[in-house]
Amino acid sequence: MKVVLENLTKIFPSRDKKSGKEVVAVNDFTFEIPDGQLVGLLGPSGCGKSTTLYMISGLQKPSSGKIYFGDDDVTELSTENRGIGLVFQNYALYPHMTVQQNILFPLQNLGGKDKLSKQEMLDRAYEAARLVQIDELMDRKPSELSGGQQQRVAIARALVKMPRVLLLDEPLSNLDARLRLQTREEIRRIQKETGITTIFVTHDQEEAMSISDVIVVMKLGVVQQIGKPQDVYDDPKNLFVATFLGTPPINVLEGKVEGGKVYIGDEAVMNVNGVEDQNVYIGIRPEGIEPAADGVLTCKLNNVEVMGRDASVVSSHENSVNPVVRAIISSDIKVDTTAEAVKFNIKPHKFFLFNKDTEERVYFEVK
Amino acid sequence: MVDSKQQWKAWLYLSPAIILLLVFTVWPIFNTLRMAFLNGYGNMAAMGGATFDLGIQNFLKVIEYDKFIDCLKTTAILCVATVPISTTLALLIAVALNSIKPLQKTLQTIFFLPYVTNSIAIGMVFATMFNIVGYNPVERAADTWGIINNVIQFFGGEAISWINQGSTYTANIAVMIVYIVWNALPFKILILLGGLQSINKQYYDAAKVDGTPKARVLTRITIPLLSPMLAYVIITGFIGGFKEYSSIVGIFGEKMGPPDDAGRLNTMVGFVYDALEKDRQGLASAGALILFVIILIVTLFNNKVIKKHVHY
Repeated sequence: MKVVLENLTKIFPSRDKKSGKEVVAVNDFTFEIPDGQLVGLLGPSGCGKSTTLYMISGLQKPSSGKIYFGDDDVTELSTENRGIGLVFQNYALYPHMTVQQNILFPLQNLGGKDKLSKQEMLDRAYEAARLVQIDELMDRKPSELSGGQQQRVAIARALVKMPRVLLLDEPLSNLDARLRLQTREEIRRIQKETGITTIFVTHDQEEAMSISDVIVVMKLGVVQQIGKPQDVYDDPKNLFVATFLGTPPINVLEGKVEGGKVYIGDEAVMNVNGVEDQNVYIGIRPEGIEPAADGVLTCKLNNVEVMGRDASVVSSHENSVNPVVRAIISSDIKVDTTAEAVKFNIKPHKFFLFNKDTEERVYFEVK
Repeated sequence: MVDSKQQWKAWLYLSPAIILLLVFTVWPIFNTLRMAFLNGYGNMAAMGGATFDLGIQNFLKVIEYDKFIDCLKTTAILCVATVPISTTLALLIAVALNSIKPLQKTLQTIFFLPYVTNSIAIGMVFATMFNIVGYNPVERAADTWGIINNVIQFFGGEAISWINQGSTYTANIAVMIVYIVWNALPFKILILLGGLQSINKQYYDAAKVDGTPKARVLTRITIPLLSPMLAYVIITGFIGGFKEYSSIVGIFGEKMGPPDDAGRLNTMVGFVYDALEKDRQGLASAGALILFVIILIVTLFNNKVIKKHVHY
């Protein structure tokens, strides 16, 4: 089932009556989610990603704009008639019911022509439980389950109705680091097996990047960029997207373009013919710089962190916006750790320019 | 652990509470036990130098006393009738209050007002409502009915003598049930509303996503999640019910019954007070202990039943 959002906008009335300022949580969001894809809504807190999810679920009504599931306009449809499954951030499992009762609950609400026999309900519940691998825990209460298991029960409860769209609100935020890794693979697997169009919300870029077919990066209610995770990472449209994606974060330095050359401080680091003279922010991915004797960028060397496969050269530069300039290199490359300074060469395709005032990307031809 | 040098300070700070508890709680409990087991104990007699034998005569007298069974019966009827009614009503009102947005705070205040009103005053108002108000000395008959009878007559019914001369026991009990339920509501609504508001809203969102009908949300989600509060309200309701006394005084006055049958609605606590007034502290103590044992048994039973239905 494809999901189409058309000029979706949500405005919350102001809490503070004096200032009278409304809060635009989601601003003019237009996007078509293709059938059967896993989409990650990504952004810092307050960017409107959860509001978007709850509008798709029907628990919140949009101020304007339309939502379509396939060709059906569901904008005015109430939650229960949309055919969605929703997994809440803290799972919202009913504490007084066993796992089985929790999973059965949505089925027991079905009436009329959709009414199922007891056996059909049980079969469906077990099918969902097997899919998320909790069929051994059916008699437990939620309080007797670990966070990861509760998460699976919540997913099973959302899936048991065979929803047209599955929505997950921060599905991994309540899990510890190890479980998070495991669970995100699990979500990916379940989504692939069921083929249900799935939308999830996260503030963790790594989470979104790792499992999504498509990510939507949002900031202050406005969509910044939509695309395949790798495309967005490799080709950020603005400084926000560039800094939000990637761990360790992108190195950002202040500089200027003058006569077709990019200067950081006094050093010309890149030829960018055809770009107008302007002040810029320079974004360089950590994997985009490497130490070299004939390097173009000179930084003060702080230390080198070796982490098995990779090493990270931590240095500083007076024009750097971040406290450090970090380079991720293979640990085979030896760096003289006693040196005062280190020179870097820069890979052009990991090097982005952003106008200093608009923070929008300044494109140039790589020579 | 507090080191021993500091311990005297701890005791010093605790002493006001401990002393008061010893004088006004522990000693009276002990004294009640003592008096209950001294045959025919009375304070005046004791001061006059009389001595009493140890024994269970007081208890036997309480049980043999024919009015005692009536007291027990009235108390039990009031308990069994009012607790389920008031709990159910309080639950429905709390759910309704919780689900409305405008004027919620105002309505909460209104529903809570009876709790801060003197129960005797409320009783007098109720008595007036059910009463035959005014007495026509010329015709030597009642000429104005209370509002309840006015309403009954408006709908073509026959006026009933609720609490006056010639009223029946059933009518008296009906008045008491209405009054006690009304009196018990505010506290229960307050507790249940507090419980409702502490239920995570996401359970209701989840239920909404699943298209749960309203009645099922109430029975399958709200009531189970509210069960600890419901248990509390029911248990304290029964305990309070067995101690019913002032409500009857509120409506019928100290005679504890309609004018032509004083003492008809006497309760267990009323029985104890009566005995005290007649300088029969031994009898009163025995009655109090019997009441204590009954409350204990009922509470244990309640606990056992409720435990099966209280989730987490």
